[in-house]
Formats: sequence, C-alpha cells, structure tokens
Amino acid sequence: MADRRRSSPRAPDSAYDKTNKAPQGNSKTSASAKNADAQEHTFSVLVDNEAGVLHRVVGLFSGRGYNIESLTVSEVDGGEHLSKITVVTSGTPQIIEQIRAQLDRLVPVRKVANLTADGPSVQREMGLIKVVGSGEARVEALRVADIFRAQVVDSTNRSFVFEITGSSEKLNAFIELMRPLGLADISRTGIVAIARGDAGM
Amino acid sequence: MAEQQFIGGDIILKALADQDVDVIFGYPGGVTLPLYDRLYLQNRLRHILVGHEQGAMHAAEGYARSTGKPGVVLVTSGPGATNTVTGLVDAMMDSIPLVVITGQVVSTLIGNDAFQEADTTGITRAATKHNYLVRSANDLARVLHEAFYVATHGRPGPVLVDIPKDVILGMGPYMGPENVTPRNYVPRIEPDMAKIEEAVELLASAKKPIIYAGGGIINSGPEASKLLAELVHLTGYPCTTTLMALGAFPAADKQWIGMPGMHGTYEANLTMHDCDVMFNVGARFDDRVTGKVDAFAPHAKKVHIDIDPSSINKNVQVDIPIIADAGLALAAIIKLWKKKKKAADAKALKAWWKQIEEWRSIDCLGFDQPKKDFIKPQHALVRLQNALKGTDYYVTTDVGQHQMWTAQYIRFEEPNRWMTSGGLGTMGYGVPAAMGVQVAHPESTVVCVTSEGSLLMNVQEMATISRYKLPVKILNLNNDRLGMIRQWQELFHSNHESECDLANRADYIKLAEAFGFTAIYCDDVADVDATLAKMLATPGPVFVNMVVDRRENVFPMIPSGAPHNEIVLGPNQKLKKMDDRNNVMA
Repeated sequence: MADRRRSSPRAPDSAYDKTNKAPQGNSKTSASAKNADAQEHTFSVLVDNEAGVLHRVVGLFSGRGYNIESLTVSEVDGGEHLSKITVVTSGTPQIIEQIRAQLDRLVPVRKVANLTADGPSVQREMGLIKVVGSGEARVEALRVADIFRAQVVDSTNRSFVFEITGSSEKLNAFIELMRPLGLADISRTGIVAIARGDAGM
Repeated sequence: MAEQQFIGGDIILKALADQDVDVIFGYPGGVTLPLYDRLYLQNRLRHILVGHEQGAMHAAEGYARSTGKPGVVLVTSGPGATNTVTGLVDAMMDSIPLVVITGQVVSTLIGNDAFQEADTTGITRAATKHNYLVRSANDLARVLHEAFYVATHGRPGPVLVDIPKDVILGMGPYMGPENVTPRNYVPRIEPDMAKIEEAVELLASAKKPIIYAGGGIINSGPEASKLLAELVHLTGYPCTTTLMALGAFPAADKQWIGMPGMHGTYEANLTMHDCDVMFNVGARFDDRVTGKVDAFAPHAKKVHIDIDPSSINKNVQVDIPIIADAGLALAAIIKLWKKKKKAADAKALKAWWKQIEEWRSIDCLGFDQPKKDFIKPQHALVRLQNALKGTDYYVTTDVGQHQMWTAQYIRFEEPNRWMTSGGLGTMGYGVPAAMGVQVAHPESTVVCVTSEGSLLMNVQEMATISRYKLPVKILNLNNDRLGMIRQWQELFHSNHESECDLANRADYIKLAEAFGFTAIYCDDVADVDATLAKMLATPGPVFVNMVVDRRENVFPMIPSGAPHNEIVLGPNQKLKKMDDRNNVMA
C-alpha cells in the first residue's frame, strides 16, 4: 500500500449506518455490563510507536468503560516506527461501533480494522506451559503435547515447558488436559490476528 | 551545510510567532525561567500574567472562542501543569482549540520525584486531544507546529506540549509551519455526496422539520453561520441553537425558536419532540438536550452532521450520518437543494408553524417583576439585554442558574459573542474567560454574568483584569445561595437546603474595590436600569453586586431523564398551559 495516511476517508459513512442497530431506544448500558447482545470483536490498530501510545489506547477503554479481553502490542515497522495493537473486546453493536470511532480519532492511530466485522481473519495465540511431574504423568504430558503439536522448549528431570500455538480454544483445551498432569505455570501472549486474503491493512 | 541552530526558548517563541499568536496567558516557574528570559528580550508576543493557571486556561478559552484562533497558555511544571487540568477538560468538552505549553523538570531528573515534577503527559492524556513530551530541541519546532495543527483541525480541542528545562536551553534547528506535515492526522471534512443527497431528499419531504444547530457551526467559522441562516431561510424551517451555538443563528430572526434542552424554550423542546425530520448540524445530542433518550424525538428521521465520527450514534441512533465540517456540509446541501429546485411542503409547513406559534404564545420565559420587593434575576438580564442592544458586546457566564438565565434572556445575533462552559460546567470560568475576550477585543463591551459561588472560584483574576486595565464588566447576581443546587434541592430533595447557603461570605463591594474595580451595589428594582447604564458607561473594570430574589427558579425545566414533552413551566405559564393542553399535547 502506497499511502498509509488518512488522506482518504478511513471509514465510509456506511460504517456508521445503523446496521445491526439495537432497537430504537438507544439504551446504552455500561459496556462492562454483560448484555444479551454483547459480542466479542477483535480490533487491529496500527499506531505510531511513540511514548504513551499504549496508555492512550488502554486509557480509552478504561475511561469509557469498555472491556479488554486480550491485548497484544509490538512494533511491526521499525523504519516507520509503527506498532500494531491487537485488542479483543466485547460489547453491543453500538458500543463496538463507538470503540472503532473512538480508536480512530486518537491522533497517533493510523488505522483501525475490526477483524471480526470486516471479513475473515486468522487469530492465533501462543502459550508457554510448565508441567511438573514424574512417571506416567510425565509420559502422558509428552503424549498429549505431541497430539497438540506443542514443542518442548525447556526440560529438567521433573519438568517440561511446552510451547503451543493456535486458537485460544486450542490453548484452553491443552491447558485443561495438563491440569491433572502437574500443570505448574502458564504464560499466554493474548491474541494476534490478521485479515485473510491478499490485502494489507 | 549545517542547519542554523537556535536556543530552544527562541524556537518556541518563533514557532508561536509563526502561528500568528499575539498573546499568551501564563505564569512563570522554576523550569520555564529560561523561556521567560527569552520572552523578556522580545516584544512581539504579549504575555498576560494571570493569578492562577486555571485562570490562564479559561482566559485562553475566552480568547479562542471569541476570535476563532487557538488560545495559548504557558505554565511551569508540577503544580503549574496540574492546575491546567480543569481548563483542559473544559476545552475538550466544548471543542475549544488551545495549545498549552508546560515546563518539565530537566530530562535526567524525570521519574526521580524531582522538585515540582509531575507526570504531566500521563495526567493530561485523557484531558487533551493530544499531548507531547519533547525530548530534544531538535523536535521542538516540529512538535509545536503539529500541536497547533492538531488543536485546530478536525474537532478542535486542547493540545499540551510538555518541554523539559534542558530542551528549552538546548540548541536545535527551526522550521516554519509550512515545512511541517502532520504525519497522519488528516481528519475528514468533506461530506459524502451520496449522504448529502439523501439528506436533501429527507429535508424536502419533511412535514414537521426542525434544524438543530450546535457548536460545530461556531467552530467551522463565521461562514458556516451565514450558510445556516441561508438554509433556514431557503427552507422556511424552524431553527433551534444549543447552548454552545447561541449566536450561530440570529436571535432576532423569526425562525429562531430558542435554545433546546433542560432549560430551553417550550417551543424548541416541543418542536424537537414532535418533529418528523430532525436536521442536526454540529450538535452532539448532549444529554442536557435530549433528556430521556428513549423518548427523544420519537417520530423523527434524523440527519446528523458532525466532524467527529465518534459523535455519530453515540447517544442517539441516526438515519443519515454525515461526517464533515458543518460549513462544508451546509454549503453542499444548499447547493443541491437549489440545483434540484427543492421546496418545502408549504401546506404542511404552514400547519407546523401554526403549532409552533401556539407553543410560542405560552411565553415560556415570561415572569412577573413586582414593583417593590426583590429584583428578579430574569428582570436584571432583560434590562441588561436592553442596555446592550445595538452595542458591540460579548458575554461570558459562570455556571448555574445565572448561566441559564443569561442563555435565555441575552440575545446573540452573531457567532463568537457568547462564552460559557457548556459540557464540563466549570464554575470559575466566567471571570477569566471575560478577561481573555477583553484582551482579544479591547474596544468592545465584555460583560461577565456571574454569581457568588462561581465568582469566588477564580476571583483572583479580578486582580489580573485590574492590572491590565481591562474594562471588563462583572454583573454578580447575588442570591446568597448556590442557586441551582438550591433549586434541585427544592424540587427533588424535599427542599433540604443542604450546604448551599453562601450568605455572609464576603463584602463583595469591598472585595471589588480592593481589586481596583469600580463597585456598585443595587438591591432596588427602581435602580436596575441606572445601575446597568452606569456599569456600561464607567471606564475601566466595573463590578456590580445586584441582590436578586434568592428563591427564584429557572424555568422551563425538563427534569433530568424526562422526555421533552414533560417540560415543566414556571408559575406564570402553568395556567395558560392548562387552557392550551389539548393543542399542546396533540
């Protein structure tokens, strides 16, 4: 993509049309309230990698009462100093629309994509799972890891650290299976995601 | 060839000059000393030394609101910076462009809990449109020009630039604004023509239309006000202007039906409630306007023009959203309306106006001023309006009952003439804001309508007004109470006057005189006109302590969370309304 700037309209007005809109009545409840029509959405946010930018994004969520289910951030373009923040949130369609608009108006935010609404996407998470045990449990842990295509990245006589990548559901399933086998510690990255197809962000 | 190098302090002053800044409101401190030293050596920029940093903020807001140019504030680190926070949020809520420069401790001390250190960018992140911490004098010019750009483009707002002392003292290159292209902040201002076409079709199809204009018209510039008037006249539709937009459409115009909302006019609120097409340009469906959202204009198709996409569908779901500058959108709509030779449905419009006139005939702002007895605050303002008529005037207010009465009774025929704290409702706004307006318009009449509660919140700026010989006129409507608090306590809290008594706090006449004001006392109805005439005619700063009826309430009133058609009228209108109920509630 030649021009990453916002000289072209970033979101068409139709993005603000009331498709999916809640019944007329605008009953905006707190985003944190578990609403019947709350949905989980994954946003990809391309930002200038400047001091405080993550604080700005996180502050927007906490200040306006939106949920953060998962958050990841890393520089993706060192030359241009761009970082990508992947944030999983939940809310009613109206709140999801607000979140997009609110993110979009932050000055260091270059682009916002709603990967859940804008089209198909790939979403992955990585986990490092420490399992401690001996005997049959230790063998069983290795067997399960093999089934899940988890890699052993550290081992001692009594422990393994497994690296596992996949959907959050896959990680959850793996962790549940490890629990009776001596699960000792878990680190997860949170979700990173990207749109399917040939288009850049 | 090496670029020419300048001292950081000079880069700042040069950047301000190149941004066409002529006045800054500020207060020096330890870390800004080197900048004040450079300021001392020049006479291009005027510096107003305020009494408190919050005063500098509201003064800059008054300056900005009355000129359309960004206001500039210069304060020191730590307490200097934290004292700006209320003003920052105020400017954020009311979309006022400000550039606030704060000093910061020397870079190597940042994070060490140094003397007068505060995490200014951290504290103000949610209080600004954007903020910057400048790490090197090499970035100074770019960041400052970018700050002005961000403050004034898209939805305007406050931008803060935090500059450590070593950066003020450091050396760096200078570049002019023309060499700074904001990296990525390019807000959309041109309307989508497909949406404009839909809006024109909807407008033309209206049987019971209303044009609901907000502060976006003022921010777009005076041209937008002209275009608004053109559209209103072209269509023949009624027009209401929000608190932030008083003056965006001439109050003298017959098609103006007053302000909507909690203390708006009866006719504006019922027109809003019963309309079938609502054309919102530059307003944000604030809760003080909508009342109960579920019952807000229940039969209306709504167009919403806003420069800020996050305002769309935030409070109220709309049918035709248009993200654009208010003026550009109005121009496009007028052009298309004319091109398509659209005309209002004359018969329907006639019936609609008949209905509106019936509502208007209730005279919702009518009141009785007894010949003897207390001065009614409404009477004081009606007489002030009479005294100001035909002169070149600006009015600021503080927050509370007097603010609503001023909004109801003072008439504005042009934009940028009315300064009030709308969104944040900051008591203590009025006096410093009047100071900022007077600095920008030294020859004009600037009146601050206030009351004791708000007055004492930034009373120190009376010293600044006096020191700079600014002829600000302060009209203190003295009711010895926090009037709006007392009103709500009377109406909703069993008349428990809990902590709203402000009597016996100060001798306001002596106070004003101590600050160098001409002070006038008035508690007799018979003296109101003479007092106001004297206030306006006396050169220099004048303070009027006008004792008004402490039991008076602001009406009409839509109780918080009620729909428009449950508007409560004052004692004078209640009977009239009962007679008219069948018409009104149709």
